Amino acid sequence: MVFHYDVDGNDFTLAGEISSKVKKRLKQLGLPPEVIRKVSIAMYEAEINMVIHANGGAIDVEVTPQAVHITFADQGPGIPDLEKAMQEGFSTASNEVRELGFGAGMGLPNIKKNSDNMTIDTKVGEGTTIKLVINIA
Amino acid sequence: MNIQELCKELNLTPVAGESGMDKEISGCYIGDLMSLAMAHLEEGYVWITIQSNLNVVAVSALKEAACVILADGVTLDANATVKADEEALAVFTTEDSAYTLAKKLGALGI
Ligand SMILES: Nc1ncnc2c1ncn2[C@@H]1O[C@H](COP(=O)(O)OP(=O)(O)OP(=O)(O)O)[C@@H](O)[C@H]1O
Ligand SMILES: [Mg+2]
Repeated sequence: MVFHYDVDGNDFTLAGEISSKVKKRLKQLGLPPEVIRKVSIAMYEAEINMVIHANGGAIDVEVTPQAVHITFADQGPGIPDLEKAMQEGFSTASNEVRELGFGAGMGLPNIKKNSDNMTIDTKVGEGTTIKLVINIA
Repeated sequence: MNIQELCKELNLTPVAGESGMDKEISGCYIGDLMSLAMAHLEEGYVWITIQSNLNVVAVSALKEAACVILADGVTLDANATVKADEEALAVFTTEDSAYTLAKKLGALGI
């Protein structure tokens, strides 16, 4: 089963909208609560990153009997130093988004912690693609 | 203790999600940063924060928090109120600080 979503980079009020849609679908499919919990955390963080750091993008979710596969693709600025970006506490968030409660530098670490496999393909000036696998059972 | 009882005990003012008042409370998290709340909130938790934007509702719903208490007299943004009603997420406001609230919750055994 495959779902596709576009993330609007300009509309802050849509924050978390796609994550909640996917959560509801996975609940309907009867996936285990622990899987839904991990997907919810990872998806919210990646969706928000797309909005606040990359001006939007696209999300594809594929559910197989074995795992949930999620791809986040954006044409944003890319991540110059990925190792640094993965560190807890590192953030380039603007003051504007910090006031909304972002910028702890915990998003990417949260994604890593809640996925069974995470790959990041990023190029400065071209964009970032994050692929996640969350195993079922 | 459920949300309804907590609301009464702490004299909280309901601001949204009044259809979701029967959930049981299992714990509490205090903080104002979304990705920390995302990591620390658990199902049935009370989230005490001074953030009032839509993301408070989004994070609470995704983590199945029981309710949100806005401390220091903070009020909920209009679009967040609509979303909280949709999600049946109870949100309250109070003049109490997060510290005062924490002491009261502790005294109630949460
Ligand atoms: N899709 C992206 N495009 C460009 N840069 C990104 C993207 N995602 C993350 N980054 C960079 O990596 C940094 C760390 O991301 P991370 O999600 O861990 O923290 P944050 O978004 O800054 O804060 P938090 O997620 O805790 O609110 C960001 O500050 C940003 O510089
Ligand atoms: Mg982030």
